[in-house]
Amino acid sequence: MAIPSPITDVEQLKSHPALGRLVGWNAAAVQAVKFDRGELTIWIEKGVIREVCAILRDDATCPFNYLADLTCVDWYPSEPRFEVVYHLLSIPRKERVRLKARLDGSNPAIESVTSVWPAANNYEREVFDLFGVRFTGHPDLKRILMPDDWEGHPLRKDYPVEGYR
Amino acid sequence: MPTSSSTFTESGDKTLVLNMGPQHPSTHGVLRLVLEIDGETVVKLRPEIGYLHTGIEKTCEAKFYQQVVPLTDRIDYLCPLTNNLTYCLAVEKLLGLEIPPKAQWMRVLMNELTRINSHLVWLGTHAMDLGAMTVFLYCFREREDVLRFFEMVSGQRMMTSYFRIGGLALEPPLGFFEKVKKFADRFPGNVDEYEGLLTGNPIFMMRTKGVAQLSAEDAIALGACGPTLRASGVDMDLRRDDPYTGYQNFKFKVPVSNGCDVFARYVCRVQELRESIGIVQQALAGMPEGPVKADAPKVVLPDREKMKTQMEALIYHFKIITEGFSVPEGEVYQAVESPRGEMGYYIVSDGTAKPYRVHMRGPSFANLQALAKMCEGYLIADVVAAIGSIDVVLGDIDR
Repeated sequence: MAIPSPITDVEQLKSHPALGRLVGWNAAAVQAVKFDRGELTIWIEKGVIREVCAILRDDATCPFNYLADLTCVDWYPSEPRFEVVYHLLSIPRKERVRLKARLDGSNPAIESVTSVWPAANNYEREVFDLFGVRFTGHPDLKRILMPDDWEGHPLRKDYPVEGYR
Repeated sequence: MPTSSSTFTESGDKTLVLNMGPQHPSTHGVLRLVLEIDGETVVKLRPEIGYLHTGIEKTCEAKFYQQVVPLTDRIDYLCPLTNNLTYCLAVEKLLGLEIPPKAQWMRVLMNELTRINSHLVWLGTHAMDLGAMTVFLYCFREREDVLRFFEMVSGQRMMTSYFRIGGLALEPPLGFFEKVKKFADRFPGNVDEYEGLLTGNPIFMMRTKGVAQLSAEDAIALGACGPTLRASGVDMDLRRDDPYTGYQNFKFKVPVSNGCDVFARYVCRVQELRESIGIVQQALAGMPEGPVKADAPKVVLPDREKMKTQMEALIYHFKIITEGFSVPEGEVYQAVESPRGEMGYYIVSDGTAKPYRVHMRGPSFANLQALAKMCEGYLIADVVAAIGSIDVVLGDIDR
């Protein structure tokens, strides 16, 4: 089974409810799109991530009301280094969409979406703990999996697999 | 339980901070809860996790794709096959690999046996937390049968690693289907037995009805999934809504309840036991013939027999073991309905033989966030019922 090549043209993908809604709201917020292996990815301008999430959650025809997952990818040493990844699910329409926001390696920070989904609380703490990305406006941003006095952020690519000894 | 000033202090003059766990018989592992209580009533609950963190996501980045399969067993150790399945499906989606029908049906069969195994552990321990010892013994009796099936196909009772990228590790052994069939015919009677002890039992009803309520809005906002979400009246099951590995060929009902309490979660899970055994029966009846591995020599290890007789097979074997296989660039998010809810694997490939990033979305991690909302305003004894009702597995939370 051959994999069809990804579609990256906004016009062709506008029929997807999430992308159609976002382009209609503010086309400048959408940096890039990719439809690959049946999954849609939208790169969002990092400054508007909370508004984008709120708009998609409250959409009348296809509400993406469920935050399935929130995580991060480190592209060290290239810049922008971090990509925060949001997987949204629409429970009534069974549609999925992936949002991504790119962050610079020096002092990475992005607005928290805990006010949109309380579910984001633990996920953002996990990303903060393991990647060192700060979420502004998070109610309780502290380490969750590693001990409180741990040094470094283990899932960063420049952190050795064996840890520092 | 430590009683040092940091964990057990009086705050203000009305409430008391009480530490529960990480070593506590009813926290199902190493979950630690910090409770702020006013008399017997819980005012605030804060879960503290991370005691079982092993850095599996980091380890995955240093392994070949096929070497990650045994690691996935160790995340949610009560449903290892569901983890195997999610990971394999994600990598197969990245590769664009087609899986033969028999492997798909076997995956469904084993996956449902895993659900039964996991729900039996849940039912036994949940009932024991609430004082019903006999149910625990009954459940573990049947669980033993299921574990024997796992041992038959994979040689392991718990850390099975039976699903591999491209199919199954081995053909199921002779006599396997007959034994599963016998079990499947007997099992609905066993479920009646459990229900006879619990459903309608006045003590069990008092401990569970109207306890730890969670509305549908809260459940969605807090990211609850699986039976916890369905017991709050949200009709959502990935097996039906987003079918994978051939679930579209099976007929089953998705139990939903509007009770929103511990009892509703109990009812949903017990109904799921009955539905699962129905799927097992269908899988046994319609099991297709054919190979259990995909025809992709660069990805799937050759049979032992071929390796010893064919030069090419030997070369492929050597290459897969020493260099792995490269996976085309891209990323996928594969979600599967595990016994606890949406189990998701997010895998990013950079085109090499090792995954660039593997992220596991654990259903327990999501359900745990709903625990505080459920418990606040109820009694300390209800916290025990609530923990049991969301069926947390700490390996899945901490990874």
